[in-house]
Amino acid sequence: MTKPATDTTSATMENNAREVGSTPERHVPNLTPEFRRDAPKGATTEAIDLSKETPCFQLNALNLHYGSNHALCDVSMMIPHKRITAFIGPSGCGKSSLLRCLNRMNDLIDIAQISGEILLDGQDIYSKNVDVPELRRRIGMVFQKPNPFPKSIYENVAYGLRIQGVRRKSVIDETVERSLRHAALWDEVKDRLKSPAMELSGGQQQRLVIARAIAIEPEVILLDEPCSALDPIATAKVEELMMQLKENYTLVIVTHNMQQAARVGDYCAFMYMGELIEYDTAEVMFQKPSKKQTEDYITGRFG
Amino acid sequence: MLKQWYKSGSPYIWLNAGAIAISMIMVVGLIGLIAVRGLSHFWPAAVIETTYTVPDEEPVRLLGTVRRSETVTATVVREAGFYVPEDQMIVTRHLLQLGNRDITSRDFAWYIGDHMGEWTYPENALVLERMTWGNFYGYLEAILEDGEVVAEGEAAWDELYERVARAVDLRQQILQIERYDIGGIAYQQEQIRLAQRRLELRGEDTPEAMAELEEQHAALQEEYEELDLHRNDLRRQMDRDSVRAETAEGRTVTIAMSDIVRAARPNVMSFGEKIGHYVDSFKEFVFDYPREANTEGGIFPAIFGTVLMVIVMSIIVTPVGVLAAIYLREYARQGPFTRLIRICVNNLAGVPSIVFGVFGLGFFVYFLGGAIDDQFFQAAQPAPTFGRPGLFWASLTLALLTLPVVIVATEEGLSRIPKSVREGSLALGATKAETIWRTVVPMAAPAMMTGLILAVARAAGEVAPLMLVGVVKLAPNLPMDGNFPYLHLDRSFMHLGFHIYDVGFQSPNVEAARPLVYATALTLVLIIIVLNLTAIAIRNRLREKFKSDSD
Repeated sequence: MTKPATDTTSATMENNAREVGSTPERHVPNLTPEFRRDAPKGATTEAIDLSKETPCFQLNALNLHYGSNHALCDVSMMIPHKRITAFIGPSGCGKSSLLRCLNRMNDLIDIAQISGEILLDGQDIYSKNVDVPELRRRIGMVFQKPNPFPKSIYENVAYGLRIQGVRRKSVIDETVERSLRHAALWDEVKDRLKSPAMELSGGQQQRLVIARAIAIEPEVILLDEPCSALDPIATAKVEELMMQLKENYTLVIVTHNMQQAARVGDYCAFMYMGELIEYDTAEVMFQKPSKKQTEDYITGRFG
Repeated sequence: MLKQWYKSGSPYIWLNAGAIAISMIMVVGLIGLIAVRGLSHFWPAAVIETTYTVPDEEPVRLLGTVRRSETVTATVVREAGFYVPEDQMIVTRHLLQLGNRDITSRDFAWYIGDHMGEWTYPENALVLERMTWGNFYGYLEAILEDGEVVAEGEAAWDELYERVARAVDLRQQILQIERYDIGGIAYQQEQIRLAQRRLELRGEDTPEAMAELEEQHAALQEEYEELDLHRNDLRRQMDRDSVRAETAEGRTVTIAMSDIVRAARPNVMSFGEKIGHYVDSFKEFVFDYPREANTEGGIFPAIFGTVLMVIVMSIIVTPVGVLAAIYLREYARQGPFTRLIRICVNNLAGVPSIVFGVFGLGFFVYFLGGAIDDQFFQAAQPAPTFGRPGLFWASLTLALLTLPVVIVATEEGLSRIPKSVREGSLALGATKAETIWRTVVPMAAPAMMTGLILAVARAAGEVAPLMLVGVVKLAPNLPMDGNFPYLHLDRSFMHLGFHIYDVGFQSPNVEAARPLVYATALTLVLIIIVLNLTAIAIRNRLREKFKSDSD
């Protein structure tokens, strides 16, 4: 595993997180040095501030009902451009639901009802004249469990292009290579692009899925607990990849792993029972959260 | 102790293994029985000669092959009208095939073993398979050419084989002419007649047009007459030779060579010659047309009809079933109505097949077929074209019968495709239709093949509905031939399942037909196996291609 040069800001942030996390209470495991990682070169060193960011998503009074179940209550927030925003919270708090609202994945659930608005670059994505497949093309998504198609590695990455009607082989070849390189998978698979994607390991599959998502050059990538099915080494690789992707894409990640949120997140949102409890830079969230609930959760007192 | 054994789980293993063993024994036993009974028919069995002496009666000489032997109680035999001494309890009896149905009218007969003399195997015993009247059993005497003896004694045998081969060759030529050349001409003449009739119906029957067609007709007629002359010539050549032989009763008969299909001398033939004879008979069975009310000859039209019908049915049922399943599973809003449809589909699978036959006859044949005839085949009326049972209607009826199987299997396959794969595709900007056609359907293809396999197995073995919608005892023409449009979906056809029923239960000569029933059943089973193996091979290739976590 490569260890990029230490960066002061993230290191402090992480140390702080670790301090909070290693209180005598339960749950939060100690990070052993092997799995600790620092932000790669080029990560922002200056202090970040939500009010100075360019908005990517703007959520206004978002409510989501699954039948009689009120899954999201009045969520309003701004998700900034080209940053990593992490959602944390106990299971069932609505963070995945919120993520799935962002690319209208909830449309697939018949009983889901949504109110309020979500603006992507100022456009309401729930307005009637939105082309949903086109929207989803702009907002890629990576799921909890790696879900490559039962096709070859090459065809998996080319899938999105083929959907768009790209036929030129040279274009597809080039995009496949670029995406796989970008997803740090190229060196591992370049000699067996035609072999089935299902033969890859879990971590490789997850990176393949990310490559598949970036092949169609989305603006946003949503990651729904991308590392929960992976071992620590694979997790490390995916996290490293996320730090790189931040250069070009807006990333929104849902995670159960608070260390992960602290490591990769620029901003962090804590959700509980469908409500957005606190939303701030990750630094603030893990060092001096303003709400009691947040503190209790990140120190492992509940959840 | 017993409880321990019970808890160990081994009773379940024994139970499961036992169930498998019983199933295997049943399947292997059934196929084995069919195979042994069916395949042994083609073997040239030894011909026995013996003297049969019933007390107080004149001894008779018997010549024939033993078809079956059984040991039964004396009462049964006495009730059948045979004499058995009072003190005897058990009797062995033999079923002899004596042949010579035209002379003695007793092809098969039971004889009591105790009354039989010693069994001998005469070297000059002759078995002739004939075009009519079944087998002939006798002693070869001489070969005649134009009534003159050309060979006698041992020399006659070589002459016999040679001349039988010549006659068989000539018969093949005649058949060729009749079936293809004359058949083709008759078909074309019929087309001309229909063309004339069409002109008449349209009121375009100008003398010139009619005359032109008439000319074509006359040309064909001329061609026919030429062929007819040639055929008669061949027939005369075939009638040149004949065989003189003595029957077991001592009568001398002369059999025309043109009547002989195959000659054998089973008591002298070497093993190799017997194999040759076997292969020859078996080939005739598989590749030839039936003779003698289906009790002799081959079953080729039935094999052809069965396979063609199954193929046409598959072509109809697969797209319809798959599309219905896709709509039901992927597009329809799941609710009471889709549940109701599913129940109906499943119930359709339980409807007795004869009901489908009646429906097919009433709706497809009479209603649809009648409408098609009125619309497109007016010229042929009053003779129906599609308005009578035929291959297409049979295939359609069976497609309806097997539709539930395909729908259920496809739906099952679609429901097993993990949600994550669909979401993965949608998240890449694919529309629902793109997701279904690019990802879901290919992944469900193995399940669709499974449905098709089940459908084929069911369709190939179905008989009852087919009797109503297209299968006949004897079809004059194959549903596919060299005449445009090559595939004649309106023709009625022969089917192995119906052939079994017909030969086994409608035949005038049950004993002679019995082995053929087994052989035909074996052929049907083999065809189903081959069709299934093909489908399974395709399915496995698809599985390999779309291997995923879900499988």
